[in-house]
Amino acid sequence: MRTFTLRRAAFLALIVVLVGFTFTGASAQARQIVNVYSSRHYGAMEAVFVKFTQETGIEVRVSQGSAQSLVTRLEAEGAQTPADVFFSIDAGGATLLAGKGLLAPVKSEVLTANIPADLRDPEGRWFAVAQRFRTIVYNPAKVKPEELSTYEDLADPKWAGRLCLRPATHIYTISLVASMVAALGEEKAEAVVKGWVANKPQMIDSDTRILDTIAAGGCDVGITNHYYLARKIAENANFPVKLFWANQADRGVHRNISVMGVTANAVNRENAIKLIEWMSEADKGQSADVSGLAGSNWEFPVNPAAKPSEILAGFGEFKIDALEFSKYGEFQQKAIDLLGRAGY
Amino acid sequence: MATESKRLVRPFLPALPVAKRRRGRLVLPILIAALVLLPVAILASEMLHPSLEMWEQLWATILPRMLLNTLLLILGVGVGTFVLGVGLAWLMVGYRFPGRPFFERAMLLPLAVPSFVMGFVYMATFDFAGPVQTALRRTFGADLRLPDIRSGWGAVMVLSLVLYPYVYLLARAAFREQAARTVEAARVMGYTRAQSFFRLILPLARPSLAAGTVLAIMEAMTDFATVRFFSFPTVSEGIVRVWEGRLDRAGASELALLLLGIAVVLLLVERAMRGQRRYYQAGGRSARPTRYTLTGWRAWLPVAVCSGILFAAFVLPVGQLALWTIEHLTRGLNQSWSAVFGTYVLNTFLLASVAAGITVLLALIVAVGVRMRGGHFAKAVARLATLGYALPGAVIAAGILMTLAPIDHTLNRVAKEWGFTPPGLVLTGSIVGLIYAYVVRFMSVAYNSVEASLEKVKPSMEQAARTMGARLARIVWRIHGPLVSHGMAAGMILVFVDAMKELPATLMLRPFGMDTLAVWSYMAASESFWQEAALPALTILLVGLIPVSFLMRIGNDGHDVSTTH
Repeated sequence: MRTFTLRRAAFLALIVVLVGFTFTGASAQARQIVNVYSSRHYGAMEAVFVKFTQETGIEVRVSQGSAQSLVTRLEAEGAQTPADVFFSIDAGGATLLAGKGLLAPVKSEVLTANIPADLRDPEGRWFAVAQRFRTIVYNPAKVKPEELSTYEDLADPKWAGRLCLRPATHIYTISLVASMVAALGEEKAEAVVKGWVANKPQMIDSDTRILDTIAAGGCDVGITNHYYLARKIAENANFPVKLFWANQADRGVHRNISVMGVTANAVNRENAIKLIEWMSEADKGQSADVSGLAGSNWEFPVNPAAKPSEILAGFGEFKIDALEFSKYGEFQQKAIDLLGRAGY
Repeated sequence: MATESKRLVRPFLPALPVAKRRRGRLVLPILIAALVLLPVAILASEMLHPSLEMWEQLWATILPRMLLNTLLLILGVGVGTFVLGVGLAWLMVGYRFPGRPFFERAMLLPLAVPSFVMGFVYMATFDFAGPVQTALRRTFGADLRLPDIRSGWGAVMVLSLVLYPYVYLLARAAFREQAARTVEAARVMGYTRAQSFFRLILPLARPSLAAGTVLAIMEAMTDFATVRFFSFPTVSEGIVRVWEGRLDRAGASELALLLLGIAVVLLLVERAMRGQRRYYQAGGRSARPTRYTLTGWRAWLPVAVCSGILFAAFVLPVGQLALWTIEHLTRGLNQSWSAVFGTYVLNTFLLASVAAGITVLLALIVAVGVRMRGGHFAKAVARLATLGYALPGAVIAAGILMTLAPIDHTLNRVAKEWGFTPPGLVLTGSIVGLIYAYVVRFMSVAYNSVEASLEKVKPSMEQAARTMGARLARIVWRIHGPLVSHGMAAGMILVFVDAMKELPATLMLRPFGMDTLAVWSYMAASESFWQEAALPALTILLVGLIPVSFLMRIGNDGHDVSTTH
């Protein structure tokens, strides 16, 4: 009997190994698929993709990772990448990839019609499909909106011990600081970051948790993306944190984009373009109901024909920092070093 | 040493002398050791052309803090696991109190909890916005401020709670072997119980305690996700950060070397602690220790302590995960889990079982080779082949990518030149790279299990087979195989569970579409989707209970023997 156990175990191991190799390689031959590298972690499978598959029959397969690690991976994989679409929460990654020749130009009338020119690459290598704004949030019981003005103002000693910020590891922080480097120059931006650090902020590696902490009275002011607050408000209309559009008197609030591009070596290029086009349609990917990005994740649509959801409209009008997306990648590298030097 | 301790510390201990050294072939074991060492060697070759600029930059920025944090973590987790592990072990071996047999087993349960899971559960439960502090503020006023758990001490506490069982297991085995005779001898010399513990039992158990503590420290040092949750960047976290953030592979690899250096220093310290002395138990297997029976309120003190630790390290995380899972499944705003749960379970199962099968087979080859050959050289080969447990997953992953990527690219280039369709990334783009990482990382776990059971095979059996003219392969298949199948099964289960929990290498090397439960849980938790993160975490944890239940069965005394005092 015992001999059997071993043989069986060895045999089983062998079978599993063989199955494993064929499984990874050959499973997707017959079906229509599109492979997405996504740096968005809003649930294991986004509602938009589920809807897309329902409507088109094209299966979306997603592999998630941080924006940076996906860039690294695409680079390493080169011509052999399995990814057809790169889907990032950050313009920097997309422009960096485009610069390295890893995103292929796409000519699509649908996309040029749906997406304003400043929200896509002139050469068609990447397209914004949603806009996100990183701005100031506050506890109205402790802070009057008149006291707030800019990101830079949060370096003022009056905010000592009252801030909740996200650590330097996250792309949201890096991207915001990059926009300050672009606007103020490295020296001034570093002084601002040092001012933040001097105010001894609580470092919380989650926008949601920053909002929770402000709501609970753990700090008074924080910086988060707008849609995390929108999500909280959708769950609880009386969520005790308010949004303040930063830097309205000068350059405007920091914008980033959810951005898609077709990889240079996409095997399923047709399906990839179909997916991006679908995402750009006002009544599909852009819609304010749960099947659209704007509806499921409370991002602002890029298609002018799409209406933002009610909660977003409630945030009011605002001015946007018009920093070119192509500059993001370059300034981000500077921002990473700067954050380190400032002890953030 | 009892079998359980051998499983964990085998690399530190010299192999038992084989009755008669046999001329077996070491070719395969050497090849396997080379396979394990190759990624490390490639990584180390980075040292030949260091990027001084990066080091300057890092030294001016995050490196001092990372180094300091790493040292604090090593110290904190070292002390934490030592106190918890040794204290609990002595309580179980030296005393008798209500529920002791239950606690003796139950204190192993935290082994099943992956540290990053423990990390996010504690974060969500005990941070400022969490339910505990909220309730406290409701009771004691809104101005109540407790020390921030998002800090070094939070990370140390959480890691100590999940890692103390390593020390506990080894300490308990060591104490039990000594306790009966040593305590009696101590009494004859007029020592009190406390004196005999601190002056005799603790020093005598030093090799095992050092081994267990170093094992726990290694685990803490290689962790990157938990310290990230606690905003406490260590070198391990820095490797991942440089790898991702600066898109700098070479830089990450050099940082990885730094960590490797720390690991080597730790191992040397451990060896020095052990010294050249070897402690032997006089006579055969020792009798059951006589336990000191605690009475009155004193009997309930250990019950309270054990219950408290058990609650903090197991009941609380499991309960919280279960609650979240129920919330997610019933109320769930986002029902997307159902679309992927099956796939992720399948992926995880597939990766973990392939890793388990291959690792144990390779471990068997090494163990048999070492056994047949014996001697210092063979032992050195075995030690090298099992080195991977001291390396963080991120370091191994970096080394493997640097090893395999050039092969992949050469393959494709050659194929193109010869007019074939390029095969694609057959190594780095498939599960090969990841499995390779698991093999390197978990070889020692598999080896220890196989080796421990191989020791039970009597050399006379091999000799008999040889006299009858059997070849090595046949001996392995017909004699070793059946006899060590239990060890192999145990090894497979341990590797399976470890691979299932593994995070950094999986994050860096998983091929397209091969997301695992651990990856899913980590991603969801890093966005504070606790409810979504709970389902895969709970699944991992429950499967992880299987090997823990095996561990629970060995090395217990079962029911207490009545003692007098």
